[in-house]
Amino acid sequence: MFVFYGDTISLFQVLSLVLYLVLAPFAGGLIAGIDRKVTARMQGRVGPPIVQPFYDVAKLWKKEPVTVRTGAQDFYVLCCLIFMIIAGSFFFFGFNLLMVIFTLTTASIFLVIAGYSSNSPYAQIGAERELLQMMSYEPMVLLTAVGFFMVNSSFNSATILTSPYLSIQYMPGLFIGLVFVLTIKLRKSPFDLSMSHHAHQELVKGLTTEFSGRTLAQLEISHWYENIMLLGFVFLFFTNGSWLMVIVGIVVVIVVYFVEILIDNVCARMKWQFTLKSAWIITLIFGGGNLFVLYYLRGYLWMASQYQ
Amino acid sequence: MAAITKSPWIIHYDGSSCNGCDIEVLACLTPMYDVERFGIINTGNPKHADILLITGAVNAQNIPVVRQIYDQMPSPKIVVAIGVCAANGGVFKECYNIAGGVDRVIPVDVYVHGCAARPESIIDGVVKGLGVLAEKQAALASGETDPDVSGAYLFDPVSYAEKGDIENGDAEGAKDRSEAEEEAAK
Repeated sequence: MFVFYGDTISLFQVLSLVLYLVLAPFAGGLIAGIDRKVTARMQGRVGPPIVQPFYDVAKLWKKEPVTVRTGAQDFYVLCCLIFMIIAGSFFFFGFNLLMVIFTLTTASIFLVIAGYSSNSPYAQIGAERELLQMMSYEPMVLLTAVGFFMVNSSFNSATILTSPYLSIQYMPGLFIGLVFVLTIKLRKSPFDLSMSHHAHQELVKGLTTEFSGRTLAQLEISHWYENIMLLGFVFLFFTNGSWLMVIVGIVVVIVVYFVEILIDNVCARMKWQFTLKSAWIITLIFGGGNLFVLYYLRGYLWMASQYQ
Repeated sequence: MAAITKSPWIIHYDGSSCNGCDIEVLACLTPMYDVERFGIINTGNPKHADILLITGAVNAQNIPVVRQIYDQMPSPKIVVAIGVCAANGGVFKECYNIAGGVDRVIPVDVYVHGCAARPESIIDGVVKGLGVLAEKQAALASGETDPDVSGAYLFDPVSYAEKGDIENGDAEGAKDRSEAEEEAAK
């Protein structure tokens, strides 16, 4: 443990940061591969090998660059990747959750700008839909951070990780809401409006239509980093400093991801109106309701402590 | 083995085919044949694709479209012509508007025969094409210039039509056409 600008930094924080930077692309790629395999099995197919996403990225990396607006578009996608890595680094280093969320938003905005910077109408409509998706999930993600603060009295993920309070006990509504918007974040049906993993949607490949070769590979890697961080968010609900809950947390993360794949396979894509409305209603009822209860619970506990 | 042979993404274009071969191409994606086993994805987007599957004999209106799709694909790339029509025009060979095979318009690497081509032979053709794809990638990596541009295959539908007119003994028609074009140019 050492002190850096007034903050104490543990070796554990540094270790988890390094592990995230090195292992997240591998873990994220493997999860994407398992995702495709499970999806194929659900559809009665054999499916690609689990390491298929790595083959894809390795192939894309060697393809000829054919960007029309080379300077702008490639730069924005690279920025998306860099900010995604930074956001994840903040999270795994134990920094402020609000900082993590805002950096994540910056990364997403760079992706939207990259879509807008191409002249393709498919990419532009994809970028508009991506903005609508961000509008849909962003309030819920922010409320989750507020919930973590109300339970653990800190926005820092390191503090939340080691605090004795089991967050899921106090914020089940926020958990449900977060899992709901996770469907949007992981680009699963019924909310894969801006781009789809599946062939032949009405927007060709939506936001990514104009990305190719190395640029597309960078975007894919940024998704891997992003997914690991989002699953980290889910995991954070189940920590109270004990090892038992670490195991429980990992199991819940696996279950949540499986449910997302299942939803992806049983749902058709909905319109953006449904996405926005349903996400905000869920946010209001589960997120807002949960915070409301927490607010009074905290007040009650504080009052009780005053009368002792 | 090169990664490109493990992750060949496909775009499929119907160059005035009768739809017989198209349905067989789509059949390859179904659980029965499941080409995603080989990492093959039907992208529908030329900028993501490595392999262009073309069915049909390509008519005069398709020609710029086929070239456009082909040129938008990043190298290395291959073209698989599916069915007899795509190979040489098939039963449509003599039609006035038919180019008579995909290789009249863009370079073709693999021909898949059949009318309609069976899904097994389409998969076989694509897998044969993977070898070509790997060779092309190795050639590009060693600094060779990219041979895959449609400009090398300049097929002009107007001059083809003129040629057709002359071959059919309609020299007047060809003359009228060229005069009309000069008028339009003015």
